[in-house]
Amino acid sequence: MKIVVCIKQVPDTTEIKLDPVTGTLIRDGVPSIMNPDDKGGLEFALQLKDKYGAHVTVITMGPPQAEAILREAYAMGVDRAILLSDRKFAGADTLATSNTIAGALRSLEYDLIITGRQAIDGDTAQVGPQIAEHLDLPQVTYVEDLSFDGNKTFSVKKSTEEGYQIVEVEAPCVLTALASGVKPRYMSVRGIVEAYNKEIENWNFSNISVDEKKLGLNGSPTRVFKSFTKGVKAAGQVYEVEPNEAVDIIINKLKEKFII
Amino acid sequence: MDFSLSKQQELFLQMIREFAEKEVKPLAAEVDESERFPMETVEKMAKLGIMGIPFPTELGGAGGNNQLYTMAVEELSRACATTGVIVSAHTSLCCAPIMEHGTNEQRAKYLPKLCSGEWIGAFGLTEPNAGTDASAQQTMAVKEGDHYVLNGTKIFITNAAYAHVYIIMAMTDKSKGTKGISAFIVERDFPGFSIGKKEKKMGIRGSATCELIMENCIVPAENLLGQEGKGFSIAMKTLDGGRIGIASQALGIAQGAMDETVKYVKERKQFGKAIGQFQNTQFQLADLQTKIEAARLLVRKAAYKKDMKLPYSADAAMAKLFAAETAMEMTTKAVQFHGGYGYTREYPVERMMRDAKITEIYEGTSEVQRMVIAANLLK
Amino acid sequence: MNNMDKSQYKNVFVFIEQREGVIQNVALELLGKARELANALNEKVYAILLGHNLTTQAQECIAYGADTVLRVDSPELQTYTTEPYAQAVYQIITTYKPSIVLIGATTIGRDLGPRLSARIETGLTADCTGLEISEEKELLMTRPAFGGNLMATIVCKEHRPQMSTVRPGVMRMGHRDTNRQGNIEDVTINFDKSKFKVRVVKTVKEKKDMIDITEANILVSGGRGVGNAEGFDMLRAMAKTINAEVSASRAMVDAGVLAHERQVGQTGKTVRPDVYFAMGISGAIQHLAGMEESEYIIAVNKDKYAPIFNVADLGIVGDVRKIVPLLTEKLAAIKHQK
Repeated sequence: MKIVVCIKQVPDTTEIKLDPVTGTLIRDGVPSIMNPDDKGGLEFALQLKDKYGAHVTVITMGPPQAEAILREAYAMGVDRAILLSDRKFAGADTLATSNTIAGALRSLEYDLIITGRQAIDGDTAQVGPQIAEHLDLPQVTYVEDLSFDGNKTFSVKKSTEEGYQIVEVEAPCVLTALASGVKPRYMSVRGIVEAYNKEIENWNFSNISVDEKKLGLNGSPTRVFKSFTKGVKAAGQVYEVEPNEAVDIIINKLKEKFII
Repeated sequence: MDFSLSKQQELFLQMIREFAEKEVKPLAAEVDESERFPMETVEKMAKLGIMGIPFPTELGGAGGNNQLYTMAVEELSRACATTGVIVSAHTSLCCAPIMEHGTNEQRAKYLPKLCSGEWIGAFGLTEPNAGTDASAQQTMAVKEGDHYVLNGTKIFITNAAYAHVYIIMAMTDKSKGTKGISAFIVERDFPGFSIGKKEKKMGIRGSATCELIMENCIVPAENLLGQEGKGFSIAMKTLDGGRIGIASQALGIAQGAMDETVKYVKERKQFGKAIGQFQNTQFQLADLQTKIEAARLLVRKAAYKKDMKLPYSADAAMAKLFAAETAMEMTTKAVQFHGGYGYTREYPVERMMRDAKITEIYEGTSEVQRMVIAANLLK
Repeated sequence: MNNMDKSQYKNVFVFIEQREGVIQNVALELLGKARELANALNEKVYAILLGHNLTTQAQECIAYGADTVLRVDSPELQTYTTEPYAQAVYQIITTYKPSIVLIGATTIGRDLGPRLSARIETGLTADCTGLEISEEKELLMTRPAFGGNLMATIVCKEHRPQMSTVRPGVMRMGHRDTNRQGNIEDVTINFDKSKFKVRVVKTVKEKKDMIDITEANILVSGGRGVGNAEGFDMLRAMAKTINAEVSASRAMVDAGVLAHERQVGQTGKTVRPDVYFAMGISGAIQHLAGMEESEYIIAVNKDKYAPIFNVADLGIVGDVRKIVPLLTEKLAAIKHQK
């Protein structure tokens, strides 16, 4: 079985803070990490490798420094790592990103493609299903657990708002994984020691067969019109009033906040 | 001279920090409170190769070096000093002497199982009457045909209750003094070998420190480590390496106490402002952080020299002396910064203070380190 | 698609998510928003209603603001799977050419939306929390990014339809008017069944244990001022009215009133919900460390000098045991109205 896992390097958004004075985002010094859902997906792939001897390839689209997460993937146990990097890919929205990655995937063999459900810097959850559409493959999103019959069929536990579904899908297919469903393994010490001796394949525009108009900023139907932070918190107000009045104040605030 | 971490070292730190934070730290208070050996953590570390970091892959090791190993002990100890010393004693005091002084057969027999963590290692030198004066060994080893018979008691042995393999020093020829001491690889199942009472300690309370009792203990002749009479030298060289491990442990404890203190002084408000805004706090923390960083450089340098096969005995002694005393100072001040809360077990700093003390004592007290450093200076 | 004639694309379409025949609230919320957008554009609101053995759902869509309901009733659409739904909506979009398509950002909508956008080759903006029409009559789609630290407004200038998924619970549901008039069109879809490759074996509903208080959007947290287990029953009743979870300060956990996994603070968990109610919590620094990053903090405490008021956005000096029951009563009444 051949598995390709699509991973992304993201800023650790739990480390991002707002400048208390200007209210702008402080991105300096924020560490970059492998996107958590992608890491969950990678763990699913490595478990299939442990059990069925699957060959696991990781691919990432990003700047040259995204190499770091490919080394990490090597240290976790993958067999092959590809870095998709080209100025032509820059400025892509989800559609253009999915076109790029799907283009690369067409040059690879796969029985199973795994992506994370969503990346923590964008939270869109769009690239996985869009890749599936470009490659004309069936998709199952929100994958919490996964088993394989050893032949062709995956039985997948798909998380829903109300509980879960068990769905079956045959290879080849695309699954989007949830970090909550699985605990990714740590890199092994030996894996780390050897990770920097392994090859990272550098792919660019010439390695993928996609119309340039579908890539990067030109291939992106959506644009950021403006971005803004929610600003610095104002000082709170304290009321010393009768219970009835207090309750009304609270309820009005909740209404303002759309809580009720 | 390059002080920056390599990409590989950065990746290693990423892993070991996450491991310490998620797997080790949550158990630290409980392990201390219940004086419990954290076997589940050892099993997890074993799976990742942490029990055999600086040994070659052909012998089951991770193929790393002493620099990675010291980072591991530092980061583990930052979360839990018990876990740090388990790895340090296992690696430096048992695996390392087999690697450095063992025959090919001994390495092949013991290192794969030790490096994989299937077996845990320990080291027995100290006796009731042989502490800092380790030459006063009373354990005797008498050769009888194809084996030695060992008699004696070792005390304060880290990992003792859970180890499978022990490096034991014993007198094979009392008339020769230190030159009459030999080293043996002893397995816990050897006839006549038993584990004695468990110590109730002030700190590192989960590390299963016990007596080892040998009553007509039968050790096959092929388990002699190195040559007869080389035991004292093997023990001293082993302790040189061990000191890098303990220095790393002390460094980790100090850093852990600093982490807690920084968090606390930013949050704790007295007289209307965070106590971190008082210059008294700032100056003290600045001095302590300077010492921690100096200790780190000493530790890294000693590990580097060991990796490069350069003489490192004095470097290891300086690293341990300075890191241990820094750990003690840092943790004592951390408790002080925390005030009444610091004296309670709600905060980890009182545990760190108790843990720090041992680093000034074992594998050579601070006084012994000064002897080593001075001897090297005045030779 | 680049040189498309945008003028051909008109009207605001809403994907009506139903599960077992029940229209999901987010669909009704979207109808309310679509109504606003359509009014601003001087266009109509269309509801895309897919399912099997449908009954009165189409009338409901009209009551909540749809002008026309495009209804597909087919056994392939009984339970949601990606491909049958994608084929149906795709055929509707290519036939009717909407200018805007809104989909709820649920596990279904976030599965369907991107699949469709790639098939149509248009933009899709995920998880929007704000939608409005610009002076150029374009849809401005605002969404959080970077874990909510940044807001971005997105436009889709050259492609149609402009698509977005919208977070449930953000838009206001319109008033239900059963007298509203509208059209219901039954649409037939030509399914390509050779592409149906995902089979739902079973659907399991389980009450998800919301024990992870770090995931809760609203937390009702109690401290010493709440007193005892009965006090917490009172908080639980209040929490229920606003789908909140209950948490506590260390004092209450140590007293055995709540499990440790619900403890907020230094030795417990760090939480940052949208709203944090600190009820009878004085605000020791160990507690503040675990909750001060909450989006909005409402504190009730008898002691007007309690440090909790230094971090609260809204502070009430008063007795929680008097205020909480009153508040619960009013919240329950409001919930009931809905």
